[in-house]
Amino acid sequence: MSLLLMCMEFMKTGLFAVGGGLATIPFLYEMAAKYTWFTGNDILTFIAIAESTPGPIGINMATYAGFSSFGWYGAILSTLSLALPSIVVILLVAKVLDKFRTNRFVLGGFRVLRPASTALIAAAGFNVLLTVFFDVEKVTFDMIGTLGAVFTHVNWLALLLFALLFVAIRYIKIHPIFFILISAGLGILLKL
Amino acid sequence: MKQETKQSIREFLDLYWTMFKIGICTFGGGYAMMAILERELAGRRKWISSEELLDYMAIGQITPGIIAVNVSTFVGRKRKGIPGGIISTLGVISPSIVIIMIIAAFLVNFQDNEYVQHAFAGIRVCVGVLIVNAAVGFIKKTVVDLLTLSVFLCIFILAVFTRIETVYFILGIIIVSVILTLVLGERFYREPRKQPESDRNGKEVKS
Repeated sequence: MSLLLMCMEFMKTGLFAVGGGLATIPFLYEMAAKYTWFTGNDILTFIAIAESTPGPIGINMATYAGFSSFGWYGAILSTLSLALPSIVVILLVAKVLDKFRTNRFVLGGFRVLRPASTALIAAAGFNVLLTVFFDVEKVTFDMIGTLGAVFTHVNWLALLLFALLFVAIRYIKIHPIFFILISAGLGILLKL
Repeated sequence: MKQETKQSIREFLDLYWTMFKIGICTFGGGYAMMAILERELAGRRKWISSEELLDYMAIGQITPGIIAVNVSTFVGRKRKGIPGGIISTLGVISPSIVIIMIIAAFLVNFQDNEYVQHAFAGIRVCVGVLIVNAAVGFIKKTVVDLLTLSVFLCIFILAVFTRIETVYFILGIIIVSVILTLVLGERFYREPRKQPESDRNGKEVKS
């Protein structure tokens, strides 16, 4: 019975969490307060593991939460429940979109949404680079005036790996999974 | 007839396996996944165009649910209809289910391990490279005139320097686009023609 309840809760999360995986966190805390499946402390573990394992963060957290509540079938059911509303909504949206492909508002919308989406991806890249190249915790705003101070916190090894990968990825057309594995290996070898 | 069903099953399996691999490569979230999708689906397999991918992502940001799931459903539907949308999403979430269950059952403190941390420092660099690489490709395709350039710069600066949630960016942009469509009409919503090599037309014929 409570398994069904958990499915309902995750479906609710999937239906109301707008904006990606991290948007599901408040819903998890709500569940922790309402039921005895997991605690607020457990959620911190879910987040830490979800961010450092392959797969979308929201899905990873749901799997972990389901697993710690009801074991392996809990994991499968929580994840499917989270994804189900999205699938239905997107299939409906896609159908409507097909119909209005040539509508002027849709055309106009996508004309500016595309560079906006591009900007969001570029900003995400920029943020990852900042945390990779600098020990962000050590760089403070009053250092920015004195460039020399900032440069003492540059992670040169990471910068070098970045440059090498950036060139390699353009010319070697293999599945990105290999680049990820190679970088993981180099990370261990170089003690990044 | 039998040959056809065989072919169809093979295509579904291919879709599932392709999305399974993309799920494994997605470290972080939607943006990391966009980088892989651009490289694998738009670049190598040519299942969809980069423009469509960006459209899917924009819609995925303002519709309920995980962005990665939303985009996967779109991609799968485009490829193989409604069942394709479902299979594609199952493909993306399958690796998560398996990997997380293994970690939750056996390796509870795995992220505290020294080697794991070094490995992830390396992976973060790689994810950064993938995202930047994808961003460069997307910029080449979508920033084509003064209007698109100003939209790009505005959102980039806001996204880097403020903590405004992405949903509001997208909603704001939609409002702007409605106003521009009403005020400027065709001059706004007709895309300026790019070079004839525009791969979009080629794909339209194929599908």
